[in-house]
Amino acid sequence: MNRRTKLAGSLLAAALLAAGCTGSGGTSKGADAKAPVDPDKVTGTITVLTHRTDLVQDGTMKKYAAEFNKDYPKVKVEFDALTDYEGEVKIRMNTENYGDVLMIPAVIKKSDYPRFFASLGTETERAKKYLFTDFTTVDGKVYGQSPMGALPGFLYNKRVWKEAGITDWPTSPAQFIDGLKAIKSKTDAIPYYTNFKDMWPLTNWTYVDGAVSCDPKATSRLAEGDPWAEGEDLRIGDTMLYDIVRGGLIEKHPTTTNWEASKPKLANGDIATMWLGSWAVTQFRAAAKQADANPDDIGFMPFPAQQDGKFCATMSPDYNQAVNVNSDHKEAARAWIDWFTDKSGYAADNLTLSPVKGAPLPEVLQPYEDAGVKLIELDDAKGAAVKEIDNQSEVGIYKPDYRQDLVDLARGARKGSLDDFLGDLGKRWEEARKSSGS
Amino acid sequence: MTDTTEKAARPKEAAPAARPARAPRRLRLRRGLTPWLFLAAPLVLLITFTYAPVANMVAYSFTDWDGVSPELSYTGAENYVELFTRPELFEVFFVSGYYLAASVIQIVAALYFATVLSFNVRFRNFFKGILFFPYLINGVAIGFVFLYFFQDGGTLDSVLSLFGVHSDRAWLGTPVSANVSLAGVSVWRYMGLNFVLFLGAIQSIPGELYEAAELDGANRWHQFRYIIAPGIRPVLSLTVILSISGSLSAFEVPFIMTGGATGTETFVIQTVKLAFQFNKTGLASAAAVVLLLIILAVTWVQRRLVPDDKVDLV
Repeated sequence: MNRRTKLAGSLLAAALLAAGCTGSGGTSKGADAKAPVDPDKVTGTITVLTHRTDLVQDGTMKKYAAEFNKDYPKVKVEFDALTDYEGEVKIRMNTENYGDVLMIPAVIKKSDYPRFFASLGTETERAKKYLFTDFTTVDGKVYGQSPMGALPGFLYNKRVWKEAGITDWPTSPAQFIDGLKAIKSKTDAIPYYTNFKDMWPLTNWTYVDGAVSCDPKATSRLAEGDPWAEGEDLRIGDTMLYDIVRGGLIEKHPTTTNWEASKPKLANGDIATMWLGSWAVTQFRAAAKQADANPDDIGFMPFPAQQDGKFCATMSPDYNQAVNVNSDHKEAARAWIDWFTDKSGYAADNLTLSPVKGAPLPEVLQPYEDAGVKLIELDDAKGAAVKEIDNQSEVGIYKPDYRQDLVDLARGARKGSLDDFLGDLGKRWEEARKSSGS
Repeated sequence: MTDTTEKAARPKEAAPAARPARAPRRLRLRRGLTPWLFLAAPLVLLITFTYAPVANMVAYSFTDWDGVSPELSYTGAENYVELFTRPELFEVFFVSGYYLAASVIQIVAALYFATVLSFNVRFRNFFKGILFFPYLINGVAIGFVFLYFFQDGGTLDSVLSLFGVHSDRAWLGTPVSANVSLAGVSVWRYMGLNFVLFLGAIQSIPGELYEAAELDGANRWHQFRYIIAPGIRPVLSLTVILSISGSLSAFEVPFIMTGGATGTETFVIQTVKLAFQFNKTGLASAAAVVLLLIILAVTWVQRRLVPDDKVDLV
């Protein structure tokens, strides 16, 4: 026995020693990835880390690379598609080897961007041409660029809504819920589908922020006060979700939903509505084609709230592409980002917003243009502070948990009242806000 | 010199324990090293993949690390203070109660099957295979399979309707039924392991004992009560320890099937969420250390209550 403890002790000591060596060595470097002057002179092999495993598998990314090579013949582009993008890249970023071009994982603190990524230029200069620049701006320098943007909204089955007698977009939450009730009584469709089990679709509800109030500073407001105070965007959105569930307007068993299966169901008219983003439209149309349903039945409508008689929709970026600060081929990497953003047609192929200012809206959003929906670019100056408060408070506005609890509360699987629930969120938020000093 | 080589060549003849002082130094060194040479590979693996990460985790538990930033500062025992001043973090242990209750059923069932199948039964090996099979399946796959099983109109509902029970209930819909369902899945999964452990222990009991008992007029129950039960006591207490620690640290099945929604969050799920959702790696490490200590304490108490006696059947 005695000998065994001695052995265990020495093992532990050895392990502690080993642990002591694992310090993190990163120092704040800061580097620029300058745009190449002469495309023919840029050389090197670059690795692009991407979350789009589907596009790498079906060869679409290769096609983009081939197009890119017409402009930059001496750059070889390789793709590294990661299924669990966030999880894997986060770990790889503890080393220097995380590709040449990568999507900035959500977990990286904004203030750490200069340590990990090379700057693409100043904000004043880039904001003239591109949208979403301030989402990655640190001290006036921009570190990433999203190749596409999306608008949040309701995907709905036009046929089902028409059968229920609704042809105009609802303009208030109450009207919207009346619409769902009409669908329930007049059709066989599930009025609203939560996608509760797959969780992430519920996080989209946070993107009502800004769409209700039409305020470009909606993100900053989150960092300045209780997001669930009376009249705030998130309170209105969450209350609407609560009322939808409370009214029995959702699927029968939310705990066993299925995202993949939900796509053809919406196309077929088994499901009437889902709150997602404009990026989802292509996926749903593809699913409709596969299920022999009419892809044109899939419509997209804004959040039912108006300011001065107009709907609003917020534009938000997808993953931002950035250059690894340790990359040996920063010019080539930069060339890829510029080309992918400006010329690849990636945004148009996905029926999403182009990040280049002044680019035409995708055809999916034609109804938005016709209805005069105001597109607002959120000011993300306080985005980092919001994330900080969010993590500190463990509320998780970009995580599914609290909305799952909200749905459980509304359908009676959890005790309590909505006011107490939102009040508690607000309390935790405020405490974290005060302690983080913003 | 010749003497030494001879001894080295025929180590069996040497009596090292009896006269260790007489062996020359080089030989003694070599003798001391030999076991370590054999141990080197497993030790390296053990240290790299078990002790080093644990030591790292303990070190992180004293920092405010967010899991990715190169900047981290030592905060002393702050994480532990935070843990113990937030009682809601320990409320999730109530969920473990479901798994504890389930593990009682699991052990009893495994014991029953192991006893029955240790006697001569028709299709014995076939049944052994069936019972052990679930344990071989990957936990993730089990999670997905059972999602379909519990779905509205899924396998469970259709099986029930074969018996005329037309249930229309969301098995994962309320906290109680969701936890019971999930605990049921873990019984299904782990019973095979317990079963095999018990079976192995039962089969190590000499067969003559049963024969002698039968001659004395003992029936099956008597045989179980006086031969099998005392014979497998060490394995039984090991299984109980494993079940308790398993119940406290239940993770895979609830994480995949519900993600901790609807009141099915266990302590490990909560820790994972702290670490990877809210980037509180430091706090999560502290929580993991606390869980480790709780399990060690439970094991220690249990070893105290039920000391590991030597089995002596004859």
